Amino acid sequence: MAGIGGILPGQEEADKGMDQNHIRNFCIIAHIDHGKSTLADRIIEMTGLLTSREMQEQVLDNMELERERGITIKSQAVRTIYRARSGEEYIFNLIDTPGHVDFNYEVSRALAACDGAVLVVDAAQGIEAQTLANVYLALDHDLEVFPVINKIDLPSAEPERVKEEIEDVIGLDASDAPLISAKNGTNVEEVLEQIVSKIPAPGGSADNPLQALIFDSLYDSYRGVIVFFRVMEGKVQKGTRIRLMATGASFEVVEVGYFGAGQLIPCEELSAGMVGYLTASIKNVKDTRVGDTITDADRPCSAPLPGYKKVNPMVYCGVYPADGAKYPDLRDALEKLQLNDASLFYEPETSVALGFGFRCGFLGLLHLEIIQERLEREYNLDLVTTAPGVVYRVHKTDGEMIELTNPSNLPDPSTIDYMEEPIVSAEIMVTTEFIGSIMELCQERRGRYLGMEYMEETRALLKYELPLNEIIYDFFDALKSRSRGYASFDYEIKGYEQSDLVRLDILINREEVDALSFIVHKDSAYERGRKMCEKLKDEIPRHLFEIPIQAAVGGKIIARETVKAMRKDVLAKCYGGDITRKKKLLEKQKEGKKRMRQIGNVEIPQKAFMSVLKLDDRK
Amino acid sequence: MEKTDGKKQLGIYLHIPFCKRKCLYCDFLSAPAGEETIEAYVEALCRQIGKEAKGFVDHKVRTVFVGGGTPSLLTPGQMERLLSAVRSGYDFDDGAEVTAECNPGTLDGEKLAGYRRAGINRLSIGLQSAHDGELESLGRIHDYRTFLRNYDQARKAGFSNINIDLMSALPGQSLESWMDTLEKTAALGPEHISAYSLIIEEGTPFSDRYGHNGRESGTGKWPPLPDEELDRKMYEETERFLRKKGYFRYEISNYARPGYECRHNIGYWRRTDYLGMGIGAASFADPVRWKVDSDLAEYLSFFSDESCEDEKNPGGIRREVQSLDERERMEEFVILGLRMTEGISLPLFLQQFGIPFLEVFGPAVKKLETEGLLAFSQEGSRLHLTARGIDVSNYALAEFL
Repeated sequence: MAGIGGILPGQEEADKGMDQNHIRNFCIIAHIDHGKSTLADRIIEMTGLLTSREMQEQVLDNMELERERGITIKSQAVRTIYRARSGEEYIFNLIDTPGHVDFNYEVSRALAACDGAVLVVDAAQGIEAQTLANVYLALDHDLEVFPVINKIDLPSAEPERVKEEIEDVIGLDASDAPLISAKNGTNVEEVLEQIVSKIPAPGGSADNPLQALIFDSLYDSYRGVIVFFRVMEGKVQKGTRIRLMATGASFEVVEVGYFGAGQLIPCEELSAGMVGYLTASIKNVKDTRVGDTITDADRPCSAPLPGYKKVNPMVYCGVYPADGAKYPDLRDALEKLQLNDASLFYEPETSVALGFGFRCGFLGLLHLEIIQERLEREYNLDLVTTAPGVVYRVHKTDGEMIELTNPSNLPDPSTIDYMEEPIVSAEIMVTTEFIGSIMELCQERRGRYLGMEYMEETRALLKYELPLNEIIYDFFDALKSRSRGYASFDYEIKGYEQSDLVRLDILINREEVDALSFIVHKDSAYERGRKMCEKLKDEIPRHLFEIPIQAAVGGKIIARETVKAMRKDVLAKCYGGDITRKKKLLEKQKEGKKRMRQIGNVEIPQKAFMSVLKLDDRK
Repeated sequence: MEKTDGKKQLGIYLHIPFCKRKCLYCDFLSAPAGEETIEAYVEALCRQIGKEAKGFVDHKVRTVFVGGGTPSLLTPGQMERLLSAVRSGYDFDDGAEVTAECNPGTLDGEKLAGYRRAGINRLSIGLQSAHDGELESLGRIHDYRTFLRNYDQARKAGFSNINIDLMSALPGQSLESWMDTLEKTAALGPEHISAYSLIIEEGTPFSDRYGHNGRESGTGKWPPLPDEELDRKMYEETERFLRKKGYFRYEISNYARPGYECRHNIGYWRRTDYLGMGIGAASFADPVRWKVDSDLAEYLSFFSDESCEDEKNPGGIRREVQSLDERERMEEFVILGLRMTEGISLPLFLQQFGIPFLEVFGPAVKKLETEGLLAFSQEGSRLHLTARGIDVSNYALAEFL
């Protein structure tokens, strides 16, 4: 991981003379791809402090992975100095927020550290589902929000229409919204001026007892946990004995400072209204939960800031090393990742098919994919992951309730009274021509229609309740493909509802493969079982014998496919004594076999375990 | 190692990378070329033959194989120069088997007589099919009548050891059509018949048509490839039919009248040393394997007149030089030896490597024997692939790696 760079020595720029009135703490909120990161880059560039040489393409996105995926995973912050047209200098603390619904909780924490938000709306696309979700979130936190219309350089830009939309749909005054092109830098200065004029200076007093909100943290192997926080009241400096109010842990502050671009810059103290970091030889990220309140152990504040909420993983899957001998490496890697990502959950589990591994919990499917990629890329592990599932509640006849994260642990059906599954409230924004096909999709995914609002003549907001397990796989892809990419989507967990669920088991050569079982609604069991068998038939190579692939519910076979026996696998002409070439071919074959899992006497390629993810063939 | 007069046996392979027109299934190192290029190449090849000789003074040449491409594009004079270079530079066994590959449509009586005089004593003629429609679909340049004429000319020129190359599992081919080709071929009475099933190789026009490994067969406008069942049926029927006609299978795809097995190819399976010359040619001098650079221009300049000083090391054009370790040598003993129907000799393994065969490969043998792919013979002293084992030989042989 690129991580935060080293501390710049000799840059201890005192903040003396810069009073609270000249601080602006804000974030940028936007629908994905509306240009949040580009605008952030321009702001950092135009407020100086960074030479253009230091200017990387997207300064805020620190991790290599973020750069490639074009999304921001962990919220981070940067402090810059802006000399306003009035001639006065302002400290800008720009706090970056993750743009994906999986990280909603983190977004919410980041917002709590701000006093205002710049809402970026694409001049061609207009308001999207995440625009709305983020605006509501920002307003919930009492942030001052002002709109900016981006990408006016696009030929399809319709700034006037988008202005109207902002006023009609969100109710924000868009009359003097800056019309900008973050890409070209057009009018970005106007944004800077409005940050000064529209976003309020932070409140609080340096003389009150310390009260600071943790909005992020990062593990550094040399300094321990680096805590990112916003001081609401009081002040903190080196040597302050702090207490974390939710966990009760106490530490002595080793260093405080603020955020350069990609660098931590130490300073003497941070007082009310400021945003920065501290280190205090903290060994475990779990001690510094996002949303917790930091106070002075010797002079504590009367109450914590509102809202530390433990985030629960919503999506679970089994993660196994492809090579069983790498189990300890996988454990170490998960341990290290968790230091940086307290929302990652894992516990050891064993599968008959896959051996020793871990059941891991994630905030959502994107989070899962990111962790999986980081394990493979940063820790060089070859992984087999099982089908992701949600947390089901199993109510047994004896009154006991089990939170089921692994389908294999489903109790005997005769002992089950009923089961519940998580339901989300979803908002889908779509142009009217696609309403029909999107409603059809939601129907297929067991959605419950709540209502529809027209944003304007051509666009509508559809409201549905959907089972989470119907949207974690490929709902987003299906949504995009059925709306030619125009639909946008946002959801939040609503709660649990009783549901008619069964476990679908897969038998390969008449042996049940535990790692392939998943929970499914009774009505879709047949369809999914059939597709699963078809998919596996393609994934499993032919053997010397015929292999039946069966799907079963409660011991009853509901679908079957057959992998025919291998008839022919002969070397091509061994020409002119070119033995090496033929040997390479055989070695490739041998290598391929190594990457397979032996179940009974059948060899199953690792990617077959992910088959369930690709059951929707309407691409 | 098999030795004669205390000398190691050597096979020599000469690669002629030219053809009239590239066939649609061909992925060998070969391309059409003008007469001047061919002449320059023969020149360079003669020089390489001379240069390599000093590295093989303790070898005796038992076989020579001129392969391609289409070696029969060479004039008798060019062929004569190549073989003279071999005879003058190396200890050459009088009874050596000297094969030239030829393709119908590039032959006539005069040329064949010339080859015979140059010292060629075995011909391998690429017929592939006795049906003109099939020949056309393969992109071959000849028809069946041309082949018949050339075959007759070869016999008249005095060739008494002829192989005919055939190919089964052709696009649109039926079992009847294949058996008819076999029947017509056997009726001519060649000493040796090679019968390969068509393999779709990557990068060929056939692979564009049929996809890699023929996966997209039957989806387009081209006649479909026979399915695996039919392919295996053809293979089984081939063995049955040819045995009746007095041809015995001695290698996965090769059949011969007793005593006419191709000694050069057997050398590959028995791991005797061989020296391949010409571009892309593979060599083996136990325990080292290598290939000649496959770039024609590079080769011509390396063995050109001026640069070819006496001290110049022919090793400079070798690529992919690899010295096998003991384990690799043992693996090769098995995977190459098992291509022969007689299989491998366990006492010979012990003699060569000083360790009992089953001690090294016991688990693999046990697994394959259980699966019915491998069987012992001659009181457990030999091991060979079963008929089913031959069908899935890749799968079986990979177990030994």
